[in-house]
Amino acid sequence: MSILEFDHVTKVYSVRGAGQIKALDDVSFTLESGQTIGLVGQSGSGKSTIAKILTQLEVPSSGEVRLDGRPIPRRGAGLRRYRQQLRMVFQDPFASLNPYHSIRYHIERPLRLDAVVPKSESEAEVRRLLERVRLDPDAVIDRRPHELSGGQRQRVAIARALASRPRLLVADEPVSMLDVSIRLGVLNLLADLQREEGLGVLYITHDLATARHFSDEIMVLNQGRVVERGPADDVILRPQDPYTRELRAASPDPEKHFAAASGPGRTETLGVSL
Amino acid sequence: MSDPLLTVRDFSVVYDVDPPVAAVKNVTLELQRGEILGLAGESGCGKTTLAYGIQRLLKAPAVITSGSVVFHDASGDDIDINGLDAEQMLAFRWDKISMVFQGAMNALNPVATIGSQLADVFEVHRPAMSRAERRDAVAELLEIVKVGAQRARSFPHELSGGMRQRVMIAMALALRPQLMVMDEPTTALDVLVQREILRQISQLRREFGFSVIFITHDLPLLLEISDRIAIMREGEIVELDSAERIWRDPQDDYTKTLLSSFPRLTGERGVVLR
Repeated sequence: MSILEFDHVTKVYSVRGAGQIKALDDVSFTLESGQTIGLVGQSGSGKSTIAKILTQLEVPSSGEVRLDGRPIPRRGAGLRRYRQQLRMVFQDPFASLNPYHSIRYHIERPLRLDAVVPKSESEAEVRRLLERVRLDPDAVIDRRPHELSGGQRQRVAIARALASRPRLLVADEPVSMLDVSIRLGVLNLLADLQREEGLGVLYITHDLATARHFSDEIMVLNQGRVVERGPADDVILRPQDPYTRELRAASPDPEKHFAAASGPGRTETLGVSL
Repeated sequence: MSDPLLTVRDFSVVYDVDPPVAAVKNVTLELQRGEILGLAGESGCGKTTLAYGIQRLLKAPAVITSGSVVFHDASGDDIDINGLDAEQMLAFRWDKISMVFQGAMNALNPVATIGSQLADVFEVHRPAMSRAERRDAVAELLEIVKVGAQRARSFPHELSGGMRQRVMIAMALALRPQLMVMDEPTTALDVLVQREILRQISQLRREFGFSVIFITHDLPLLLEISDRIAIMREGEIVELDSAERIWRDPQDDYTKTLLSSFPRLTGERGVVLR
């Protein structure tokens, strides 16, 4: 069943001098447990506004967001319970961890705040979570963020997100700042966890290639509107909407590039004799 | 046919810390006139150190421990970059080799108009130019990169990320250098803007005939824009070949690993196990 519903959500920002800007325009979608939706679109298309509304940092101008059929509570214990079910992984693993605190502290905080396990078991739970993200607890638990690599830090951020045992994960460009060679490792880890814990994942990115491989479905946003949604391969390989085609044409695709390069026009791309 | 612009021989850089780190080890390469050479590798492989080192932009504790860099000027003179004194170096930089820095979007001075920042380049390197000549030159540059001359009086925050990046390219282009070193010039931009910038770089290269050293860890992008690609690992160039041969027939195992580590936009599924 669908757990998260966006029901005709519109968000309007008033900007001084520029009037009103529709960041989201009548957006409706559902996300089910165990499902990954890739949310793609260029800067300013409304991706982050969706993430902000999900985390209740912004409130929709009209429309409603529901979890398990109930509207998101605006404040108090209800909002806290809601946020426990929905956690975020951010883009920059260098900025999202506090440099003053140990890795243990980062993961213990949500355990305590959300009273996930009794205090006596929190150390064991921190270790379990670190193992879940394939980190060696003994090697990292007492370290501070600056002693870890970008990929290790992002794993810590994922462990922290999982600590509250959420049902939904919003991952905003979780691998775009990591080295190419470890991106796949982190995405595979997220995919494993998602499968094993039955998480619903909203994967926000402008990288069409990882969106295609990582997501069940892809939703394309342009100027606040959903212009296309469907199974990942259909949207990327057989895009229907002109904007999706434009995005796809702009994405680096060596296969297509070198296929075209063997025909005429090759000198155009090379330009010089080698 | 070989028409080298830059000859790097046996070039090594050591970071003189305890213990010393050999960041670049005995690199030898020849850059052709008008060529786009891609420099790829993971964080810490030495690609940025190499690109900065050949124009002596490194500071302590970095030490150039061996090697020579010879710039074959269009006038026919061969310039040994390591042999230039401080004053000659000042005149050489930006005039012959310019740079588009990493995070270029934030490299502009926030409290000066972009016109005045562009005019600075001429004031320093072309002191004979009159104020009116400088103004015309700035207007011309902004037209070339399609920002538009009327934007000369804008401050950086009034421009989008893509436009700021174009201003940085305009600045690098100002003295019509023979080589531009670009360090991750499109990393923070979304795919559509990235595509426009890449198109513009290719077009300017055709028009002005400069060479480019293009540094990034985004291999799919590099494969499309480069004539040749050097793959770096732990301070050494492990493979250097045309982009097409790197793509179709990589020789080094590390190159093969890098190529297999990014998901293909249109290729086989299954790199992320779902």
